[in-house]
Amino acid sequence: MRAKAVEETQAGSLVLLCLAAWAIPGLGHLWQGRRAKGLIFLVVLPLMFAIGLAIQGRLFPFELSDPLVGLAAIADLGIGLPYFIANALGAGAGDVRAVTYEYGNAFVMTAGLLNLLVVIDAYDIALGRK
Amino acid sequence: MRSHFLLLTLFAFFVSLVFALLAKDTPGEQMRFGGMMFVGFLGAAVVLGWLMYPFPF
Repeated sequence: MRAKAVEETQAGSLVLLCLAAWAIPGLGHLWQGRRAKGLIFLVVLPLMFAIGLAIQGRLFPFELSDPLVGLAAIADLGIGLPYFIANALGAGAGDVRAVTYEYGNAFVMTAGLLNLLVVIDAYDIALGRK
Repeated sequence: MRSHFLLLTLFAFFVSLVFALLAKDTPGEQMRFGGMMFVGFLGAAVVLGWLMYPFPF
């Protein structure tokens, strides 16, 4: 009974850790004492996302009728809190006529996907695999 | 910032940095892995750019 409760607590804190690591890039590593890595992720990933938006990258809508747009939207969402801040500020409209439009999309989507890898890394550290 | 090469270099730097930190644990290994990946990105871009040069579109 007690072992089951401990397992549930551990599972709960793992979920919380992953959510925090997703919401704020690098927080999962900072939480577990990996300060250098955490700080670098905290700076680099939101910076990459911001550069993407600054050069006319687009935050794609969740359109299930167009699978590629839907997948791009999931990649965008991977960055966590900065996605919602950018949305609230009205950034990410994108300008398809801009020379840097495709580069902007690559920056924004890659920042999100890299953050998902960072979340998985934080999860592995929490499980003692790394 | 409209230079494609500058944007490509910046992109390669960010991605190499994050992958090096994720894949390797010691600073020496991270520098080596990240450096190789960065050079690989730039080299591949230059080679592919020249390969695509003859295409009309």
